[in-house]
Formats: sequence, structure tokens, C-alpha cells
Amino acid sequence: MALDSRIPTGPIEQAWEKTKFDLKLVNPANKRKHTIIVVGSGLAGGAASATLGELGYNVKCFCFQDSPRRAHSIAAQGGINAAKNYQNDGDSIYRLFYDTVKGGDFRSREANVYRLAEISVKIIDQCVAQGVPFAREYGGSLTNRSFGGAQVSRTFYARGQTGQQLLLGAYQALERQVNAGTVEMLARTEMLDLIVIDGKARGIVARNLVTGEISTYIADAVVLATGGYGNVYYLSTNAKGSNVTASWRAHKRGALFANPCYTQIHPTCIPVSGDYQSKLTLMSESLRNDGRIWVPMNKGDKRKPEQIPEAERDYYLERRYPSFGNLVPRDVASRNAKAVCDEGRGVGPSGLGVYLDFADAIRRLGEQTIRERYGNLFDMYERITDENPYKVPMRIYPAIHYTMGGLWVDYHLQSTIPGLFVLGEANFSDHGANRLGASALMQGLSDGYFVIPYTIGNYLATNKLGKVEESNAEVRNAVACVNETISKLLSIKGKRTVDSFHRELGKIMWEYCGMSRTAEGLQKAIGQIRELRDDYWQNVTVPGAGADLNQSLEKAGRVADFLELGELMCIDALERNESCGGHFREEHQTPDGEAKRDDEHFSYVAAWGYRGPGNRPELTKEPLEFEYVHPSQRSYK
Amino acid sequence: MKLTLKIWRQTGRKDKGRFVSYAMDDVNAEMSMLECLDVLNESLIERGEEPVAFEHDCREGICGSCGFMINGIPHGPLPATTVCQLTMRHFKDGEELVIEPWRAAAFPAVKDLVVDRRSFDRIIAAGGYISVSTGNAPDGNAILVSKDTSDRAMDAAACIGCGACVAACPNASSALFTGAKIAHLSILPQGAPERDGRALNMVAQMNAEGFGGCTNIGECTGACPKEIQLEVIATMNRDFIRGSWKRRDQEVRTVKPMTEWSTGSKLKIDPHATS
Amino acid sequence: MSTSAVGVREEERAPGFWGSTNGKKAVMAVTGAILFIFVIGHLAGNLQVFEGPAKLNAYGKLLHTLGELLWPVRIVLLLCVTLHITATVQLALLKKRARPVGYSAKKAIASSYSSRTMYWSGPIVLAFVIFHLLHLTAGYYHPGAAFIEGDVYHNVVSGFQVWWVSVWYIFSVILLGLHLRHGIWSMFQSLGMNHPRHTPILKSTAWVVAVTIVLGYISIPISVMLGVVK
Repeated sequence: MALDSRIPTGPIEQAWEKTKFDLKLVNPANKRKHTIIVVGSGLAGGAASATLGELGYNVKCFCFQDSPRRAHSIAAQGGINAAKNYQNDGDSIYRLFYDTVKGGDFRSREANVYRLAEISVKIIDQCVAQGVPFAREYGGSLTNRSFGGAQVSRTFYARGQTGQQLLLGAYQALERQVNAGTVEMLARTEMLDLIVIDGKARGIVARNLVTGEISTYIADAVVLATGGYGNVYYLSTNAKGSNVTASWRAHKRGALFANPCYTQIHPTCIPVSGDYQSKLTLMSESLRNDGRIWVPMNKGDKRKPEQIPEAERDYYLERRYPSFGNLVPRDVASRNAKAVCDEGRGVGPSGLGVYLDFADAIRRLGEQTIRERYGNLFDMYERITDENPYKVPMRIYPAIHYTMGGLWVDYHLQSTIPGLFVLGEANFSDHGANRLGASALMQGLSDGYFVIPYTIGNYLATNKLGKVEESNAEVRNAVACVNETISKLLSIKGKRTVDSFHRELGKIMWEYCGMSRTAEGLQKAIGQIRELRDDYWQNVTVPGAGADLNQSLEKAGRVADFLELGELMCIDALERNESCGGHFREEHQTPDGEAKRDDEHFSYVAAWGYRGPGNRPELTKEPLEFEYVHPSQRSYK
Repeated sequence: MKLTLKIWRQTGRKDKGRFVSYAMDDVNAEMSMLECLDVLNESLIERGEEPVAFEHDCREGICGSCGFMINGIPHGPLPATTVCQLTMRHFKDGEELVIEPWRAAAFPAVKDLVVDRRSFDRIIAAGGYISVSTGNAPDGNAILVSKDTSDRAMDAAACIGCGACVAACPNASSALFTGAKIAHLSILPQGAPERDGRALNMVAQMNAEGFGGCTNIGECTGACPKEIQLEVIATMNRDFIRGSWKRRDQEVRTVKPMTEWSTGSKLKIDPHATS
Repeated sequence: MSTSAVGVREEERAPGFWGSTNGKKAVMAVTGAILFIFVIGHLAGNLQVFEGPAKLNAYGKLLHTLGELLWPVRIVLLLCVTLHITATVQLALLKKRARPVGYSAKKAIASSYSSRTMYWSGPIVLAFVIFHLLHLTAGYYHPGAAFIEGDVYHNVVSGFQVWWVSVWYIFSVILLGLHLRHGIWSMFQSLGMNHPRHTPILKSTAWVVAVTIVLGYISIPISVMLGVVK
């Protein structure tokens, strides 16, 4: 299969303008005749639904939560990047583009990233107009802060709740369209299959999570904005409900899955405290601005942190990266934390943790200043751990946070199935092998507010879409598949709970396909996942019935998909025989332990096609070309 | 530690519901209230019983999904904390926890601890937004907003829509929720043009949903995990009175609350694909 | 697969100002404010009991000679009471409908005792006001001694010499105080006035005013019972 990424030719600065001009338009009077399904109501899905509704399309928006406002975009803390250059510190669209391509370790598509940087400035304007209460200077203008991986201040924020405020902006715009009658909101409705007719995406099969009813919804185009798949690791900073099901089922219907092994590990999370642990709590990266990270010099040192003298502490990031120190990018900070814990120098009851110490900062700036900067985070830490971080160092450990991989899309954000568009974290396009802080919100909103409204119009204007009958064989087939999976899950009645399988899968993934990977480990993981999957379909128990609210059944379907995705991630990680960004293969590192890319052999997007259960997926490569930002070794020394 | 969880079990809206007590012998003080329920549910599933249905998602106190009453207090005894961040060390060994769902006519029961909060969405849909379509925005700095104003708007905008205010209110009023959104938008200059109509429409929808009236007693603000202040209700009242006075001939309309869980438009009535 | 048509939005015309909960509260605030002013004026008049029979009786006479003004004032007060109560009753009925299934356990965490007892203090004060009118205005029921039309001083003093009348009076006035302690600041809130700096001052003021009013009113029966006023 050849991939046509539809990257516009000509200078990158004019690519998007030119593309927009070339796109065919749908006559305003005809827009309401088109039904568009949007699955997911986060930043990308909410923004897309609202904007498509404003344009006059007939939109149906689906989310599995009880309200579109619950989407996990809401949990983003830090901020959103935009190349506004309000600070007059030399920022520009080109610099944001450059930083993002470099931060992604040269594994993203230049044209997409440039467009993202270009649109970033409009996002801020739109959100301000919607009433998002961004932080401001005393004079009334918008303020910025700096964020990891950038040397300019371009991050806009609303306290530690930027994601919440941006999502509420999109949610309110969406509700405005619900009121106007252009968007129909279907909450507590989970997409379980994609309907593909004559090679085009024409609808979805969904289950009403309260009544258990399976329904089909037909449309002219389907937009997936269903987020990332970090929960394949069981423990992650994702919401408990975050899942890969919509993407995965679309994948099984023919959409290629790109770069599944690119996952991002966030270095500052609260460590795991026990087996019952259900999720990991992120502490904003901004803490590293004032906190110093250290572990004891000697392994197995069980003394309390305050009893360990200065000379017996190892401030390993400051030691190894004198110029960036504690502010190295996320992937570097995470790998180093793992390394010292692997040496047996980790702290806390589990030995999986490092200290993030504010004692120096408190001495230098006073407790009041620290309280002003991080008070809410310190409170949250204390609430969870019962330790006072003003007095004792915080304990942190890396956790899965974001997945750069996702369904393959072209420049129009269309997947390999015509009529199926993928937005936000669910697609693979903009972050390469590593995402910079404060860029996820930017991408979700860019895709939803400013890209899809144009490109989907072109699709609708250039494709003749016939009427779909309820009796269509593909529709019946999709419904039958969904019903079959559900009744199978309910009928196994084995011995083990869904969560116990999920937890075991998570352990395998974290061990072998987590922060660092080896060929040997990945092969082992593939075997273990296959066994676990077989066991799952023999031995899982799902209580209750399919005809009402059954949270175990919801989980069971999602875990079944994670069990397949996990294998694909390992296959991709094994195939990518290099280190890049968040993908670190131990075999490929510089003498001092940094990720070593192999541009000659791996400068491509790995897009995987599904070939039936048990069959090895088919790899299609989309070569990456770098005309503007030339690949170099990232160095933070 | 040992705890007894006395949990409200209800199979659906038609069921009357009842309390069932579960003894837990091995509760870890570090786990959250929701993780405690996870552990209980795992054991129920292993015993072949139906697990307790409860709403949850982000588990970091921001999505607003979770929430139930613990011993008569929404989200339990710790102030400014949702149940997902409430660790078990705040309870005493041997204690009995009475766990029941939010109770309000506007929050119909779904199952066990899960209720239907779509009434909140409809209140927002009635006017909880600034009508600016994508692409219409001036530069972000075109309208200056003082830091103080922006901070006040942010205080009100921090609402997570969990419903604890309604649960805590003896009248089951949603004044704090509605007021928070009205205040957030009405404080900002961007929200000023729609100020009067917004309050009229949102208050009308709030009333149509069957929430009770506010008696200014402040239980809501005490239960609010984001500590939204009672001031927002005054802002709502002011905007409402102002709007009622100034309004000319525009008609205020409300949407009839939909309490059934429909599956939306189906194939046959779907207007599609004939361009 | 079901094919029923659902998800249709049904719209209704919203009720007007009085039909809304917020409108009712605004009406309660305004009527409450008028009644509050009456309570202060009434107290100022009543305290003349300490200045002797002549003064108080003269005051009573003055009120009656207002003639054309007396009834309009009474009608306004009556209207306020009616509206205040109607709104309360309607909100109380709504409260019942808004939570058809109650909690098995419910703790109050942030509200004051007085605010939670408004639904009780109000009706009791109303019952008292009716009694009070029959007792000292109409003289329809005046135990202990004969009611003498025009001799306000005699009616008050002999009225309060009956111990249970005084106790009932004191009890009701204390409830009135509780009602005002919440009501005084609450009316500002209902009319849209709340400020993080000023409202706490208002709340303290409400407390002081309520206590002053209670002390002012109960000083009369206590003085009568102690024999200070004869």
C-alpha cells in the first residue's frame, strides 16, 4: 500500500494558505444536508463539533462520559504554546516549528508541524474571545511562561488548569451549537465499530452505556478524536476511561496505525504506593524549575532524606547535564530516574522514586515565594502522600503520560480510510517521537478549530456519497461483530477479573516496552502478551448483563483492544531498531547513554496495517524529508 | 484498617434501592476512596456478585465525574477534595461509612452511585457561553483585562460540574453551579454583550430542570471541591434582575428536560448524504 | 436495532420574573427589607413604654390619627407579609419536589443555625404576629386584664404580667432575631450584592442589629415582669 500524505508542494510558509485555497467548498445551503459524526468531545472533538456545527453541518458528537466536559483534555495543567511573541523575546512561527521538529527528534512531518505553529496564534485569539481566563499581567495583557525544551516564553496558561479552561471553552461552544440544533450530543455512548461502505467511512456502531442498546449511526464522514492509548500500561496519568477502542476498531477496519511505540513518559509523577493503585498523579513539570533532583550516593541507603549529608547525595541530572541540569527534556529526565533506581539507589518504600527537593529554593526564596508558585501542587502532593513537601523532599517517579503514535493521517487529517478523519492525540502527526510540553493542547485545538473544518468540506464536496440503507450488508456485519464480541465477553465466565488482566498487561508493557527497550525484551513481551490474550478469552469474568449500565463490560471491551494494541506496540518498537525521542533502545545509545538515532535507516513513519487475528501486521513506510530543519543530535549537556 | 461500607445499591431508576453493608478488613490508609471501592469491586466480581457502579474518570480531581455522599457530606469530610483524591487515612479504623448518591430530582438515578447530570449540560446550553464562532476573534490582546478581573473570572471558572453543590443544598438548588458560569462570563469584558440574556436563559433552564431555589445558606460553597464562593450566586441574581428589568420583547424559552437515555437519532430519520 | 425517533428538542416558554426561583427571592428580599424597617420603627415606638403611660398612649393616638395614611401602610405591610409568605411556601413546596428521596444521613457543614431554621422561625414569628395583633391591637384576646381601647400602656403592662404571654413573646422575638440575622445579609445577596470585603462586615452588622432588636423588644416584657414598668 502506498501512502499519499498529500503534503503541499512549494514553500512551507505558504503551504497551508495554498491548500486552503485549493480545497473545494460545500455550498452553505448544502451543509445541513451532510451529517458528520465526531467521536470524542475533548479539545479536538469538542472544537471540531462546535466549529462544524457553526458552519451549518449536521453534527453528531459522541462521548462515553456522562458529559462532554469530562474529556481528559481537562486534566492538562501546564499550558498551551503559541508563537505570539508577546514577550518580544525572539519567538516566531518558524521558531515554534523548529523547536517542535527538533523536540520530536526529527520523526514528524515538517508540513504538519509548520501548519500547527502557524495556527497556534489564532487559537489564543479564539480562546480569549470565548472567555478563557488566561493569566494576565497587571496592565491587562496576556502573560506567558517558559516551558521545557524552549528558550522563549510562549506558553499561555490559566493557573494550573489550562486544559480545563480550554476544554470548557470548547465545551461551551459545543453546547451553544447543541442549543442551536446543529449538534446532537450523545453522551454515555461508546463507539464500538466503524462502518465502511465501498471503501469509505460511513458511520459507526455504538453502545448506549446506560441501556446497553446497540445502534448504528450513518453519516457522510466520521471524525475520531478519541485521545491516546497510554492506558495500555494500566498505570498512567490518563483518565481511567481513556482507551484505544475507537481507534483500534477503525484500525481493524483498515486504518493504518502509525508509530505505536512512540510513548511519552512524564518524569514528575507521584510514585506508586501499592497494588491497589489505579492511576498515577502528575505533578506539573514546572516544579523542576526550582526543585533539585537527587538520590543517595550509596545503594540501599535507607536513611531519611534529612539525615543524608550533602556529600552523600547524588544530584545526578546536575552532574550529568551541567548546562540544562534539572531542566533536561522529559525523556532524558525520565530515563535517568529509571537508571538510578535500577542501580538500587531509588528512594521510598518501593525503591522506585527519586527526591525532588525544594530545601535550597526555600532557603533562597523563602517559603512564601515557593507557596505562591507551587502552593496548589504542594497541597495536592500532601493530600495524596501525607508528607509535607515544604519540610521533606517530594518523591517522584516517571509515568506514562502521552502517546505520540496514533492512526496515520495525511495532511488533511484523513486516515487511510477515505471519510475517516483523526484529530488530536488519536492521530500521529505532529509530535514525532517526543512531544514538547504545552503542545498537546495546541494540537488538539488546531486540528479541531482550524484544520478539519476546511479539509472535511473538501472531502464532502469532492465525493459522491450515496444513500446508505439500514439493510446494507456492511452495516449488518458491523452490528453483528459488535454483538458477537459483547456476548462472547459475557459468556466466558472465567475466574479472573478484567482489571487483573489489565494490570498484568501493564506490567509487561512497562517492563519491556516502557522507558527503555531491548530486542530481547520486546520479543519476550510479544510472547507474553499473546499468552495473556489467549488466557483472557478463556478465563476472564464479566459480571452482569449487556442490557444496562455495566462498567465491567465496558472495561472488558477496552482491555481486549489493549491486549492487541500492546503486541503491535512491541512489534513496532522491535522493528524500529534505533533510539529516538521517547523510544529508547538500549542497543542504540551514545557512549554517555543518550538516544542515538539512525536517520539513514529509520527516517520514516511506520504505518501498520491490520491483517486479521494472529497475523503479523503489514508495515508501510512513509519516508520523512527534512527540507527546513536539518536533523542533528539533540544535546542538553 | 477495617471499615464497614454501607453502600446504596439500586439496579436502575425503577428499583427502589437499599443499603447493603460490606465489611472490609484490609483497607490501606494510602489508597483513595475510589481505590477502596475498586478493591471492594474486585472482590465482589470474584465472588460472582455485581460490582458497585460509581462514576469516575480522571482521578485527579478535575474532571468532575466522581462524587457521592460519605456520612452525609458530599465528597466526604476533607474540604476542597473530591472522592478520588480523598485518602482513607482520613477515616478511623473500624468506622462505618454511609455512602449514597447525590439525591435530587434533577439528577435522576442511573445505577448505584451513578446519577444523570445532563441537566447541567442543558443549563450551559441555554446560555453558558460567549457567542463567538471560530475565526471571529480579534487579537488576544485587543481587549485588555485587568489581572484582578481575570483572577476573579478564573475563580468562578474553576467549577468542575460535579454536582456536590446540589447534593449539599437542602433545597437541591443548582445556584452555585449556574452562578459560577454566569459570574465567569459576566466578569469578563468579552462576556458583557450577552450578560442580560445569558442570566435570563440560564436561570430559566435551571428552573425548568426542577432544581430547588437558593436560600443563601451556603452549604454549597462548603461542599464545593473547588471552593467556589457564594458571591457568584449574587452575581447571577444581579444579572438576572438587571436582565429582567432591561429586557424588551425577546422571549425566554427553555428546553424540556430529557430524562430518558435515548440512543439519539436512528437510521430511518437520519437526514444524510444526498448532495 | 430500534428505530424510534428520539432526541427531539421540545421547547417551552419560560415563566416570568415571579415564576422563577430567583425572582421570588428578590421579592422576598424587598418585602423582607420593608418588614425589617417596620420592625425597627415599631421598636422605636414601643420603647416609649419606658417614658410612662402618657407618652406611649400619645404615640398610640398619633398612629390612629394618621387616618388616611394608616391603612395604606397596613396594606403595604400586609401585602409584604403575603408576598413574603407566598414565595416562601412556593419555594418550600419546590424544595420538596426537588429532592423527593432524602438522604439517610446528612450533615450541615457550612451554614449557620439561623439560616437553616428560616423555614421554622418564619412561621412561628407569623403565628406570634397574629397573636400579637389579636392581643394588643384588636384586644380580641387579652388574658389577665380587660383590654382598654386607647390605653396602650395599660394593655401592654397588664398583658405582659401574664407570665406565659411574656415567655411566648420573648421566645418569638428571639426567633425573629434569628430570622433577621440571616435575613438582613441574605436580602443583599438575593438582590445581587455580595463582595468579599463588604459582605463579612454586613454579616457582623446583621448579627449586631439582630441582637439589638431582640434586646430592645424583650426589655419590655422583662421590665414588666420584674416590676420595673408598672
